[in-house]
Amino acid sequence: MTVQELPGAAAYRPTPPPAWKPLTDPAPLLPDPEPYRVLGTDAAADADPELLLRLYAELVRGRRYNAQATALTKQGRLAVYPSSTGQEACEIAAALVLEERDWLFPSYRDTLAAVARGLDPVEALTLLRGDRHTGYDPREHRIAPLCTPLATQLPHAVGLAHAARLAGDDVVALAMVGDGGTSEGDFHEALNFAAVWRAPVVFLVQNNGFAISVPLAKQTAAPSLAHKAVGYGMPGRLVDGNDAAAVHQVLGEAVARARAGGGPTLVEAVTYRMDAHTNADDATRYRVDSEVEAWRAHDPIQLLERELTGRGLLAEDGIEEARAAAERMAAGLRERMNADPVLDPMDLFTHVYAEQTTQLREQAARLQVELDAEQDHHGQSGPRGAEGGR
Amino acid sequence: MTTAAAMAGEQMERAKPATMAQALGRALRDSMAEDPTVHVLGEDVGTLGGVFRITDGLAKEFGEDRCTDTPLAEAGILGTAVGMAMYGLRPVVEMQFDAFAYPAFEQLISHVAKMRNRTRGAMPLPITVRVPYGGGIGGVEHHSDSSEAYYMATPGLHVVTPATVDDAYGLLRASIASDDPVVFLEPKRLYWSKAAWSPEAPVAVEPIGRAVVRRPGRSATLITYGPSLPVCLEAAEAAVEEGWDLEVVDLRSLVPFDDETVAASVRRTGRAVVVHESSGFGGPGGEIAARITERCFHHLEAPVLRVAGFDIPYPPPMLERHHLPGVDRVLDAVARLQWEAES
Repeated sequence: MTVQELPGAAAYRPTPPPAWKPLTDPAPLLPDPEPYRVLGTDAAADADPELLLRLYAELVRGRRYNAQATALTKQGRLAVYPSSTGQEACEIAAALVLEERDWLFPSYRDTLAAVARGLDPVEALTLLRGDRHTGYDPREHRIAPLCTPLATQLPHAVGLAHAARLAGDDVVALAMVGDGGTSEGDFHEALNFAAVWRAPVVFLVQNNGFAISVPLAKQTAAPSLAHKAVGYGMPGRLVDGNDAAAVHQVLGEAVARARAGGGPTLVEAVTYRMDAHTNADDATRYRVDSEVEAWRAHDPIQLLERELTGRGLLAEDGIEEARAAAERMAAGLRERMNADPVLDPMDLFTHVYAEQTTQLREQAARLQVELDAEQDHHGQSGPRGAEGGR
Repeated sequence: MTTAAAMAGEQMERAKPATMAQALGRALRDSMAEDPTVHVLGEDVGTLGGVFRITDGLAKEFGEDRCTDTPLAEAGILGTAVGMAMYGLRPVVEMQFDAFAYPAFEQLISHVAKMRNRTRGAMPLPITVRVPYGGGIGGVEHHSDSSEAYYMATPGLHVVTPATVDDAYGLLRASIASDDPVVFLEPKRLYWSKAAWSPEAPVAVEPIGRAVVRRPGRSATLITYGPSLPVCLEAAEAAVEEGWDLEVVDLRSLVPFDDETVAASVRRTGRAVVVHESSGFGGPGGEIAARITERCFHHLEAPVLRVAGFDIPYPPPMLERHHLPGVDRVLDAVARLQWEAES
């Protein structure tokens, strides 16, 4: 005998619920079936030549910046460098679509985006040099500290954008994360909060193929990372991450939508990490050269260069000029990074709390005794980094 | 109403006892009224007023933009609060229960506690994280954890816990006003404890980081905080019969730690017992006992003892009375303070 057949069961049958309907129509949220492209397509004709030339100069500079920073690790001037070589189109476009009042939330691989936004490269690389955790004032530049714990900066972007919206300020936050980061809980929570609050945020996922060594197929079973947007009720956009014009356009549309009160967008830019995870990683253990070579044929600088030269917007002298400007940047960076940072060990205690606790004052006094003893022992030639400040 | 009648009414309100829960709610309300950057967010804090009703009425008075029901995700709540603080707001986050705060640990430890340090003072985060904690309320599992040791072990956080109605108001106001992040631990079994308290004349509280002697005494010092304060006070009264005059110190703040008040008391009495619900191994008592020994060794007549919860996951409610330190366990520890040496 089933429950329905029990005597009197009908009396306990609950009232049927109201007719079900989805909270959001999913159709307009779905990403395109293929990554959106501009370069080499009909859409290129609509692109602003001035913008394309600007993007080109920045890409060339960005590539040189990546090479210089990697070289600095070999000279012991940087502790580590996670290169964005091959991903410059995403880095540059993310920086250029923002207004000065907007905020950028970079991950540790996104120093180039911060530099393209106007941050001094030395300040951007300070974390990786190892003398300070953050080399700049985030509020002054509206660039959040480079974030190492994956995806944890995404909820910050949502909260900041939400606060700005509550204040009636016309501010958009753009947050950057990698394909591996989309597996983190904070990615999920950030996107959910953003959609519920209609926060003016743009999430840029750079799908560069690998989370250190783990390929995307071991990271997700979703049709694409952009498809994840639909579950949150926000649009997902899929774009060719090596096509600077396309990334710029898609991110620009997402920023405009956020600014107009339309809420958040998830953008997946399909790209490739040409270098290893960092200088300390060995990529030959998990990928084959032929795959890297295939991506080299789809290089962001070459794609744009081909478009510009083909349309007569760029000639050899323009290419030379962009390279020369990049060399000047690299030379300046090299020179400045060759100087030893001056550090004061007593700074260890200065920024833990607004006011030093009794315990920290005691510990600082103990360190001072050690430093004085070191100074007495070494005379003028104290150990590197111990001299300075006070 | 005549002036006299109004005054009489006011007198009555002053005399009326209030609960710790009411004082906490009033502290939130007054902070929000005084400072428009104070925002409350958490699960069920809006329409419902929180599962313990601490935020009752705030959404109605200040609107849902200032007292916000969030999606059910603690890392998201604290993570978005970080962003709000980056933009200049002063968020007060409610974690519904001690054990439900754990998903927010990464945000708390990697960002909330470190942001001032990471940015060399450029971007401090004035966030208050309210956490109802501790047992003794008959809660089923995951509702009774004493999680203070986790927070204490994280430099950059203040860890504050009130034990009285006055302190609930004063310390929460001070925590919200602090430019540093504060984990504000609310002893939930004291939520309904009552004391004569007037919201119109709240007692001024010293800055965060000052312990207070709740009961002066000469024989030994009981050092405690939050939910264990009433236990210690009761034990001290019971100890009178045994001929012990116990001093009771309420820490009020675990970080910063008030070494001065604790050491001064132990130097006076020569004996000390640390009492808390949290497990003993790796718990706050070990740190406190070490600090006392480092500072008062030559004044000590006996080793510093700890009365703590057992080193077990919090037990089912029908067994919790065997786990929680009670008056007898405190008195038993006092009895073991090597009194025979004196006779």
